[in-house]
Amino acid sequence: MSVAAAVETVDLAVTPLRELNQRLHDLASEPGPRHWRVVNPNGAHAIACGLDADVEVEIDGHAGYYCAGMNKRATVTVHGNVSTGVAENLMSGRVIVEGSASQSSGATGRGGLLVVHGDASARCGISMKGIDIVVRGNVGHLSAFMAQTGRLLVCGDAGEALGDSIYEARLYVAGIVNGLGADCVEKEVREEHLAEVRQLLAAAEITDVEPMSFRRYGSARRLYTFEIDNAGAY
Amino acid sequence: MCGIVGLFAKTGEIEDRLGAYLGAMLVQMSSRGPDSAGVAVYREPVPAGSSKLVVYSADPAEDWGALAVALGNRFAACEHPMRRASHAVLVVEGDVDDVSGWIHDERPDLRVMSAGRVIEIYKEVGLPTAFAERFRLEELAGSHALGHTRMATESRVTTEGSHPFSTGLDLCLVHNGSLSNHNRLRQSLRREGIEFRTENDTEVAAGYLAWRLREGASLQEALEGCLDDLDGFYTFLCGTADGFAVLRDPIACKPAVMAETDDWVAMASEWRAIAVLPGSAEARLWEPEPGVVYAWERQAVA
Repeated sequence: MSVAAAVETVDLAVTPLRELNQRLHDLASEPGPRHWRVVNPNGAHAIACGLDADVEVEIDGHAGYYCAGMNKRATVTVHGNVSTGVAENLMSGRVIVEGSASQSSGATGRGGLLVVHGDASARCGISMKGIDIVVRGNVGHLSAFMAQTGRLLVCGDAGEALGDSIYEARLYVAGIVNGLGADCVEKEVREEHLAEVRQLLAAAEITDVEPMSFRRYGSARRLYTFEIDNAGAY
Repeated sequence: MCGIVGLFAKTGEIEDRLGAYLGAMLVQMSSRGPDSAGVAVYREPVPAGSSKLVVYSADPAEDWGALAVALGNRFAACEHPMRRASHAVLVVEGDVDDVSGWIHDERPDLRVMSAGRVIEIYKEVGLPTAFAERFRLEELAGSHALGHTRMATESRVTTEGSHPFSTGLDLCLVHNGSLSNHNRLRQSLRREGIEFRTENDTEVAAGYLAWRLREGASLQEALEGCLDDLDGFYTFLCGTADGFAVLRDPIACKPAVMAETDDWVAMASEWRAIAVLPGSAEARLWEPEPGVVYAWERQAVA
């Protein structure tokens, strides 16, 4: 028996945003539709923020700030562009942006996967703490600033000061890096890293980029914070 | 915070509805700046030899007709003033500096908000919705326009502290951000003869641009000079008689998005302000690069 899954459509031109987000939040504790479609987002902020349910949310159009922020478990797909802070503090689940993203994509994310099929601008992955971020295009300046853990894979170019003051996050860039930030250095790509690149590309469903074309960047561990003699200062 | 918007018309249809579209964009930016709102609309150029001034009076009972008569007696002619809330447009046959100087000397209680042959600046404290209604923005046709919604940080919430700022003929500036070297820069610009009326940081940036243009720089060069001489963070939208230009500081602290169709070019702090324009869903859309000047110009006014 096959039954087409019903899609719950919410039109933000008529439904208040808070009502949409409340209904999505309720799914954490109550049964409800598993597949949602949001139409007429028109750049509204905080669409589909704070979800904690195994549901799929599709947004038809451009979203504003902090789209799908703090997401757990859900898959949120944006058929358009997003503004500042998409998937901010992502915990788990997937956030897929078919267009481009503005600043601070995936900022402070702790888990899950963020895929941007267009470009992401400045500060992509700033202070990332375990999230995986895959960008099909370019990222702007100061991306992966103070990145702690997780992986950032950029199929295009990276702007100035990539990975400034980076900790343990691993960065992969296929295109040109327009300058590394303080304490960020290029590192050897070993077999385990190539496997990691293949896995990230597969997770993002990107098939037209050669895994061998990526170079790896990470922390040289020479900043003050890495000196054992300074441990007492913290 | 603060919100900025700009709209450049490429067709007569957009020109006719310019004020209405700009007002809709401005209202979308209310949450970024609920303190004050303002617009600069470039419209209805006056003939060479004439000057167009927009003047503000704090007195709701201001007798604009009497002012026009006095101006008509002093200069060759002054058209009947067009009142718009607390502001009025005065078209005077005479040199713009002479007319401004006369108003400054004879009526120091009034403030000239804009002067030139094309520009009209209107600004007031309060929410953008109230502003759009009071100043009847939907009536204003024009070639291009800029707008601002203010959340004050560097100076008081007053009509004069609202944006846009104009310190040069047909020139204006709206700003999202704040400048940290405005006091020093104001002092050095005063020595160059640039006048300031407020303690506002954006007025200093507008004065800086006016000074560079006066010294022979192009708008592009004047804006590029900001990258060296201004300390702080900013997204600027600068209007001239012919068009407008956008510049973000090199670190790009403040947001900006741009869009273009066959009918218009728009700039805003956020997409939702552009989403209200006709055909926006199909517009070419991009985020301006930090430290790069983007400019649109129409044919110069003859």
